Amino acid sequence: MTSGKPRVAFYWCASCGGCEVTVLDLEEKLLDVAAAVDIVFWPAVLDFKKADIEAMADRSLTAAFVNGSVRTSEQEEMALLMRRKAQLLFAFGSCAQLGGVHGLANLSGKEALFQTAYWDAVRPRTISRADGFLLDLPDFFDRVRAIGQVVEVDYYIPGCPPTSKIVGQALEALLAGKLPERGTVLAPDHALCDECPRKETKPEKLTIKQFRRPHQTPVDDKECLLAQGLLCLGAATRAGCEALCVRANMPCNGCFGPTSRVSDFGAKALSGIASLAAGENADEVDRVLADIADPTGLLYRYSLPASLLRG
Amino acid sequence: MPENYEPKIVAFFCNWCTYLAADLAGTSRMKYAPNARVVRVMCSGRVDPQFVLAAFAHGADGVLIGGCHPGDCHYQEGNCKALRRYLMLKRVLKDVGIEEERFRLEWISAAEGDRVRAVMNDMAAKLRALGPRRVVRGTDRPAEVAA
Repeated sequence: MTSGKPRVAFYWCASCGGCEVTVLDLEEKLLDVAAAVDIVFWPAVLDFKKADIEAMADRSLTAAFVNGSVRTSEQEEMALLMRRKAQLLFAFGSCAQLGGVHGLANLSGKEALFQTAYWDAVRPRTISRADGFLLDLPDFFDRVRAIGQVVEVDYYIPGCPPTSKIVGQALEALLAGKLPERGTVLAPDHALCDECPRKETKPEKLTIKQFRRPHQTPVDDKECLLAQGLLCLGAATRAGCEALCVRANMPCNGCFGPTSRVSDFGAKALSGIASLAAGENADEVDRVLADIADPTGLLYRYSLPASLLRG
Repeated sequence: MPENYEPKIVAFFCNWCTYLAADLAGTSRMKYAPNARVVRVMCSGRVDPQFVLAAFAHGADGVLIGGCHPGDCHYQEGNCKALRRYLMLKRVLKDVGIEEERFRLEWISAAEGDRVRAVMNDMAAKLRALGPRRVVRGTDRPAEVAA
C-alpha cells in the first residue's frame, strides 16, 4: 500500500458486468497494468470490502473507474464514496456515461416496474422476512441516473461495453499523465461512419422506402447497412469501436453515445433517420415510419437518463 | 391548475412563408393569442429535434413549427424533411408522456395571416384546457453535492 504507485479502484453500480469483463479482456496487458498500479478495490474480482475503502484517506486514490448507473440508494452511496476517495473519477461505459439500457425504465413509474417485475415478492426498501431473518434492501429510486448526474465525473469511457483498446488507451493516458481536459469522453470525436469499412458504399442521396430489421432480410456484408434499409445509427454515434457490429454484419445501435457537438443523442439520430424516409405527405411517410416498431427504444437504447427530457 | 394559467408556446417559423404570414397578421392588425414566442429559422427543415426537446426541457407547454406548403419550400424539400422528423418525434414524445396537442406542425404560406391567427388561437385554447405540463413519472431529486 505504500509502494508509491498510483492507487486505482474499480466499482460497479447498476450494470451487467460486461465492463468488468472488458478490463479482463486486456489479457496480458492487464499484468502490465497490475504491475504499474496498486489495485486497492475491485469487488467483482478481488476480496475488498466497503470498510476497506472507507478507511482510506479522502482523495487517496489516483483514479476510480465506476461503471453502471444509479438505480438504488446503495449505488448512490457508493458513487458518493468513490468520488470522495478518488482524485479522478472515470464514468466507465454507457450506463455510467448516459444511463444505459436499463435507463429505458424511466419510461415507466417505479410502481409500474414493481408490479411487473416483482409482484408481491421481495421489494426494495421494504423489510422482508426470509428464513427467519429480516432483510432490508437498498431504496429504489424513481429514476435511473447516469453517474455524472449523481457525482462530478472527470472522464467518460464510452461503450457497452467499452472496447479493451479504449480502456487500454485510457489507462495508458492516466499512467503517463497525458489525460486531456477534464470532462472529456475518451474516444475519437467524430461519427462512426468515418471509420466504417463500408463508408464508400454509402450513396450520395439516400431514400428509404422500407425499414428492415436484421432478422427480416438477407443482409449484404459489403454494402452500407443504411442503404439496405437497416437502422444503423453509425451516423449519429461516436467512433472508437472500429465498427465492431458492422463488421459482424449488424447495424450500429449507438452504444458509444453522441459526439461532443450533440446534446441529445436520440433527437440527433432521429433527425438523420427520419429525414431518409420516403414519402411526400403525412400518410406516405407514416406508412414508411410504421416499420420502426419502437422509435424511443431504438433511439434512446443507452441514453434516456442523459437525454434532454430524461424520460 | 394555477389561476389565470397561460401556456407558453415556442414557435419556430420559417423565414420565407410562416414568418411572413405572422408579419402580415401583424400589419393587418389581427388580434390573436399572445402565447407564442416566435423563433425565426431559415427553413422548417432547420428545426433540429433537439430544439424541440430543449424547448420542452426548459418549460415550454407547447411547440409549434410553421413552414411553407408542400412543393413551395424555398429550399425544395426542407419542409418535407421537417414533416418526416415531426411524425417520428411525435411518437417519441408520446412515450415520454408529452400529449399530442403540445407538438404541432402547420403549413402556412406568406399570404395566410388569418391562418396564423387561427392556429395560434386554437393551439393556445387547447393547451389552456390541457393545463401546465406535468412531470409524469417520478420526481427529480436534487443533485447531491459530492463531499
